[in-house]
Amino acid sequence: MFNMSIVKREPLPAWRKMLVPLAAVLTTLLISVIPILIAGGDLWKSFYYLFYGALGTRYNLLETLVKASPLILTGLAVAFAFRAKFWNIGAEGQLLAGALMATVVGIKWQWLPGFLALPAVMIFGFLAGGLWAAIPAVLKTKLNVDDVVSTLLLNYVMLYIMGALLFGPLQQPGSSWPRSPEIVELAKYPVLLARSRFHLGIPLALVMVFVIWFINKKTVFGFRSRAVGINRRASLFGGIKTNSVILWTALISGGLAGLAGVGELCAIQYRLISDISPGYGYTGIVIAMLGNLHPIGVLFASLFFSVIIVGAQTMSRMTGVPSYIAEVIQGVALIVMLVFLLFTEYRLRVVKK
Amino acid sequence: MTGEILIAAFISGLIGAGIRMAISIIFATLGEIITERAGVLNLGIEGTMLLGAMTGFLVTYGTGNLLLGVLAAAVVGMLLGLLMAILAVHLGLSQHVSGLGITVLATGLAMFIYRLKIGSPTVPPTVEPFKQVSIPLLSKIPIVGEGLFTHYSLTYLAILLVPIMSVFLYKTKMGLIIRTVGERPIVADTVGVNVIGTRTACVVLGGAFMGVGGAFLTLAHQNMFLIDVIGGRGWVAIAMVIFGNWDPGKCIAGTLIFGLLDALQLRLQGMGLEISHDIFLMLPYVLTIIVLIVASRKASIPAGLLKPYRRESKEG
Repeated sequence: MFNMSIVKREPLPAWRKMLVPLAAVLTTLLISVIPILIAGGDLWKSFYYLFYGALGTRYNLLETLVKASPLILTGLAVAFAFRAKFWNIGAEGQLLAGALMATVVGIKWQWLPGFLALPAVMIFGFLAGGLWAAIPAVLKTKLNVDDVVSTLLLNYVMLYIMGALLFGPLQQPGSSWPRSPEIVELAKYPVLLARSRFHLGIPLALVMVFVIWFINKKTVFGFRSRAVGINRRASLFGGIKTNSVILWTALISGGLAGLAGVGELCAIQYRLISDISPGYGYTGIVIAMLGNLHPIGVLFASLFFSVIIVGAQTMSRMTGVPSYIAEVIQGVALIVMLVFLLFTEYRLRVVKK
Repeated sequence: MTGEILIAAFISGLIGAGIRMAISIIFATLGEIITERAGVLNLGIEGTMLLGAMTGFLVTYGTGNLLLGVLAAAVVGMLLGLLMAILAVHLGLSQHVSGLGITVLATGLAMFIYRLKIGSPTVPPTVEPFKQVSIPLLSKIPIVGEGLFTHYSLTYLAILLVPIMSVFLYKTKMGLIIRTVGERPIVADTVGVNVIGTRTACVVLGGAFMGVGGAFLTLAHQNMFLIDVIGGRGWVAIAMVIFGNWDPGKCIAGTLIFGLLDALQLRLQGMGLEISHDIFLMLPYVLTIIVLIVASRKASIPAGLLKPYRRESKEG
């Protein structure tokens, strides 16, 4: 008989730790062979079209980057919150809050100077997402309400607020569909590359990666936020105002998710529709974990998932494997990454009895 | 006279619909209670319910057998519970993230398999769902009789399971062991209880309940599978566990009140009030948050919840 147990291992050198997400990605792709085969897809053809669909032509490649923009932002949002152990599962609702606010501002901006429209939608969208995330933060710190459940439930609340407004005051006059009128031209994100949808939101997301990296590494707030995440009680005794740190973490986290919503509205849809997000907020959780809660990691994880999501469409068309394979891969990736992370700190000890 | 008849019909209908609304959450809540009592928070609940709902539907759709569908949902729930146990109990990974991982994976699988087997027809296929069974005599009680005693067999099962779960947790040796494992795993280990094994068993059993809770929606409450069929009921169940302080009786009382209010909002909506129906759909979630705020002040969380148990950690 064998007896297995999990024991602490010597700390790994940094370069080997950096290989962990890469190994997780490869393992995930290997595991995803199973559902592809079950779906009766030809293996090489499936993978060929997966990558061709995402990277094969200039347009496809740029579309993949377009898809990465909201994923980077929601991934950063979740990573920033999780780092402080504020369990923000509400990026989806915060994204919707941002999109909703951008719609209101974007439609009503007629009477103010046009050049301010773009900064206005961004700032108000950021604030809307941040404030929506502040609710569960306050509930957590003041009333001891579990943040996982409250952030999750608030996603549904925001979804229905949006629905009510889309069938009410925000509905396009004369339309029977739940959709708003278009926002003004000047509130739309400029397209930066001809013959594509490559828009301002992509460099903006990259800037945010840097900003979050900077906050994490170079500011006192980043240090405090991390400390609260490691040990809230000890941080409190150490003189950190933990409640205020959690609140600000929530504001920034929600704001990033809100910005993702602004991007989807002002660069892709131009009008609010009820299915403006196909679950970017939830994918953000997977991305944050795969990126090991590090901004640069989030960037690469987002690129990986946008390849999967965009490529799965082409793969589905060409091989008949349902495009929901992208969702399956997300789940597999999250679990694989979790297990791999464990084995950077622990190892399996097998003892012969 | 007609007014009285209308009111009686309204009350009876309200009670009946309220119970129907609550049942899938009752199954899930019971599953989450036993899981959390053993010290594991299973956020895989929403995905487990969805995959259970999908599997139950597909099996019944393929075989025409409702019982087989429910059974399959339970088995799928147990498999996902096993995966959760391997991650969160055996490997000691973060329960939060493991559970979310299960939900993401199970949601993906549910949509993937359904699309693979059914495709995307304009009208989703349906099954012949469970029929409601009237209990003789009792269902003839005026006003409340029909609402209380004309239900699906699964509903009676769910209600019956509540006292069984209570007695099991509080009056049996096994229940004591489970609660000790959830409160003070180190104490349980000292007296020779297999902590890892007990937790695994509870997560697996809880998964079965969650799967059946999902299947109730596709095989009784409705007769088809839609991707948003669960619509956050799993998260509501988690809130209900907190609301009822991990006590099956209180949790289920909360769930029933929730179901009644849910049924009431549907009826008010049907009465043609000039309020957007999205506002009504939102109410259950707002209500759950309010319930959480009230309940969280005096919550007595199982002390071992969220803490992975490793023997090494105490050997140093």
